[in-house]
Amino acid sequence: MQTIDLSKVGLRETNKMLQDQSADTNQTSWEIVNPRGSHAIACGLDAPIEVTIKGSTGYYCAGMNQQATVNIHGSAGPGTGENIMSGKIVIEGDASQYLGATGQGGLIVVKGNASSRCGISMKGVNIVVQGNIGHMSAFMGQSGNLVVCGDAGDALGDSCYEARFFVRGKVKSLGADCIKKEMREEHITLLRNLLDEAGIDADPNEFSRYGSARQLYNFHVDNAGAY
Amino acid sequence: MCGIVGLFLKDSSLEPRLGEMLTAMLITMTDRGPDSAGIAIYGGESAGRSKMTVQSDEPETAFADLAAKLQDAAGGPVNLTVKSTHAVLDIPAGSTGKVRAALNEMGIRIMSVGDSLEIYKEVGLPKDVAAQFDLAKMSGTHGIGHTRMATESAVTTMGAHPFNTGSDQCLVHNGSLSNHNSLRRKLRREGIHIETENDTEVGAAYLTWKMQNGATLGEALESSLQDLDGFFTFVVGTKDGFGVVRDPIACKPAVMAETDQYVAFGSEYRALVDLPGIETARVWEPEPATVYFWSHNDTPTATEKAA
Repeated sequence: MQTIDLSKVGLRETNKMLQDQSADTNQTSWEIVNPRGSHAIACGLDAPIEVTIKGSTGYYCAGMNQQATVNIHGSAGPGTGENIMSGKIVIEGDASQYLGATGQGGLIVVKGNASSRCGISMKGVNIVVQGNIGHMSAFMGQSGNLVVCGDAGDALGDSCYEARFFVRGKVKSLGADCIKKEMREEHITLLRNLLDEAGIDADPNEFSRYGSARQLYNFHVDNAGAY
Repeated sequence: MCGIVGLFLKDSSLEPRLGEMLTAMLITMTDRGPDSAGIAIYGGESAGRSKMTVQSDEPETAFADLAAKLQDAAGGPVNLTVKSTHAVLDIPAGSTGKVRAALNEMGIRIMSVGDSLEIYKEVGLPKDVAAQFDLAKMSGTHGIGHTRMATESAVTTMGAHPFNTGSDQCLVHNGSLSNHNSLRRKLRREGIHIETENDTEVGAAYLTWKMQNGATLGEALESSLQDLDGFFTFVVGTKDGFGVVRDPIACKPAVMAETDQYVAFGSEYRALVDLPGIETARVWEPEPATVYFWSHNDTPTATEKAA
């Protein structure tokens, strides 16, 4: 295992080392110590490596991730996993606002709570949160799945397209054009697989499904009041 | 973008280190606000005395015989401690109104009025502002600081934060208010003095106006959620503690940490990393549209206001 002391090596050098790993690298296990809430740690990775950050991170950690697994042993700042393409991000603590924004693939797991705008404009990423999520989550979500084992804040799934939301607890309010939907067998199976992949022990039967009512896809003058 | 830091000490043994801890937090927030910086510090009060922090661009001449000049207005002894462009006036309690009038006549700017509060703020990098006033050497029970990246108005001393909102009360702001012009006109009609074109000064004046009309600080903050349009994370300082409120959208970041020794606020977690025991502190984000208070007198409060 390679250990990098971020406070000594510096951010640019650290990220360059990680970004330089190729698909067949034999240095597959990395540890970053002393992150001290720094921004943009382990961004733009594109190799099947595992990076563990020992502490809390600032803005945009593991942004644009491909293939890599990034573990954050602490809490994560705003915009973590922004535009993730593939791979996995596991946050042991809480995640700040706009987690996984515009994410196109891969999996993000939060063991604590996620803040507002979780999964905003998600385009295929799967996000599993063991705790609660904040307001305006999955705003304009296009595809992918957002799983919340706790409660969701105001305006869940506002103006969403085909992203699916599974919430075990209460939803404070649903956003425009987001409705509660029937939980069919295929959804139970999907949810069970996501929870298994996230390593979270929860019964899929206890969740409710939410998604788009498909009334705001195209502009219609009768909907003007809803915009 | 701006940076906010705040530190409220529960453990009085840390009080001699308040300035040092708050200064380190402030400097960490430099890249959120390199234009100007300021700090409000509650250093304790003496019986029968009040404090005013004043500022002049020509401190040598303005402060030379200021104490003597203010003697009559103060109706008693005036002590003056000069710190660079600022000076702290120690005056008899109850004389702040007359001293304020005398200072206004002399064209000397008033940064803060109260019994315990001192405010220091200037244009420049946070580390330079901190060194200019030797902030790291200050002790106190609690304090708040601000690093400014100006968006709404000019980079000047008077545009820097914190803003004094009432006796021993101050405000720092991260965000931008979009209805500050109409609100400024309204408040001026109500007789509230507003000096600059700065949006936060209007926010501060709004709180002052509400409190002059009988609201408590908590009530004033709750009504700000209705009357202020725009983005804000506010941290307010009071004689006994500090309060935090974020607008319902809450896009301006805020992180809090609490241990047995302190409650700390930072725009980012980075600002908190050197605090003692941070590894085991309870760290969380304050909820939107919720007013939080920590006080040396009362139990902590959080009041939720529907968005």
